[in-house]
Amino acid sequence: MNLTLKVWRQKNTQTAGKFVTYKAEGISPDMSFLEMLDVVNESLIKKQEDPIHFDHDCREGICGMCSLYINGRPHGPKRAITTCQLHMRSFSDGETITIEPWRSAAFPIVKDLATDRSAFDRIQQAGGFISVNTGGVPDANSTLIPKVIADEAFNSATCIGCGACVAACKNASAMLFTSAKITQLGLLPQGQPERWSRVQAMVNQMDEEGFGNCTNTGACEAECPKEITLMNISRMNNDFFSAELFREEHTHDGGGNG
Amino acid sequence: MSEFKQTFNSSLGKKLIMALTGLFLCTFLIVHVGGNLLLFKHDDGFAFNSYANFLTHFPPIEVVAWILYLCIIIHAVYALVLTIKNRKARPVGYAVQSKSPTSWSSRNMGILGSILLLFIVIHMGDFWFNYKYQETIGFKEYRTNLATNETTVADYKPEVAGFERSISTENNVEIVRVKDLHTRIQWSFSHLWYVVFYVIAMGAVSFHLLHGFQSAFKTLGWVHKKYDGIVSFIGTWLFAVIIPLLFAAMPIVYYFQSLSK
Repeated sequence: MNLTLKVWRQKNTQTAGKFVTYKAEGISPDMSFLEMLDVVNESLIKKQEDPIHFDHDCREGICGMCSLYINGRPHGPKRAITTCQLHMRSFSDGETITIEPWRSAAFPIVKDLATDRSAFDRIQQAGGFISVNTGGVPDANSTLIPKVIADEAFNSATCIGCGACVAACKNASAMLFTSAKITQLGLLPQGQPERWSRVQAMVNQMDEEGFGNCTNTGACEAECPKEITLMNISRMNNDFFSAELFREEHTHDGGGNG
Repeated sequence: MSEFKQTFNSSLGKKLIMALTGLFLCTFLIVHVGGNLLLFKHDDGFAFNSYANFLTHFPPIEVVAWILYLCIIIHAVYALVLTIKNRKARPVGYAVQSKSPTSWSSRNMGILGSILLLFIVIHMGDFWFNYKYQETIGFKEYRTNLATNETTVADYKPEVAGFERSISTENNVEIVRVKDLHTRIQWSFSHLWYVVFYVIAMGAVSFHLLHGFQSAFKTLGWVHKKYDGIVSFIGTWLFAVIIPLLFAAMPIVYYFQSLSK
């Protein structure tokens, strides 16, 4: 396969970037999209040029490191896969492919196609945890969880934090990510003690990072490689309003802390 | 108080305000379209003018009306604030337009809402403002013979300035004198451009609510497999089809009636 690539090149966070056109020649349809970029980079290195910078790690769709906004869609034209799982047979010979980085004020570009997604880490650190006691090992299955709840929580927990939801959203909102991280814990018994403070802390951190606001357009769930659903956002909203408007943050004698 | 401020300044708090004001405006539409169906009664506007008179002289409705105006303003202002924030969240856009499968209405809520705001300003300026604050609208006198239930209609010139309305009974005849908004409507809807503008605006209502009604429920977190179907059915058929069609029928019918006069 021979392809024309229009790739966003940007030296660093501070400088402005631009599109540069490259030829990708002799590409096998069985290559993954990242392997195709590897081939292009090898030729660039041979020509003593700066290779295209892009994020990748496990290359099997579970680490959430690869990104790329390919022809108007995060992770390319296929449903429910990451860019590393996208194969060149999904494109046709002679096609022009435009490759852009995730676009969000909260994801500054490190170089070329690589973005700094540590805003997600800070949201997670704000409340995406549970407190557990060390000590004796509890019996297996001593905490009973209905199957529906367990399945829902596990569905939310499949989020790999790649940021495709932010990239796809017309408002660059991070609500699908944040809500999945809130829901996976908020549904389970182990997540109950911090349920209300968690949703408040994580939503506040999300706002501070400068993400946009959800309009329930649904591009995020359509592009999510792990098929996280909008249902998570509704659950987050419900918990947030409940926490903000109806939960006691102090005891009636004025003590306790929220 | 500061806790409430914090709640409503958060991203979700602003969305909550959008959802609640939006749903309140939706419920208003049901009442508005229901009452205005009186326009289709062939009684020289007796029922409609009496209804308009009731709306403007019954205090509880006055209170609700001002809450309604406030909701329109809040909904528009928060939409603007959120849109500006959303733009700031993506300072550099994509070169290739998004190809994600999303509905057209959900992507164009802002432009649809702007058309609606323009419509509301013109609509209220034409009818509400003239009715309440101008002397441009005349009066009609409806005499109903209570024995035969026959109504006759005539123009009425108030004897004193600032006349509002009167209802009296002489012998067997009930005399109702009210402002004649009906004639004003006939006049407005005899202009083709005005009718076209109304129909376009009702198209905007349709697409705005096709997404908006269901979206409000998602924002509020009222999502449940058992009820999602009902919400989507009401949002689609009642708010995006029936109500806009009934509203749009009013200027169209009045326009064709004006042609045959």
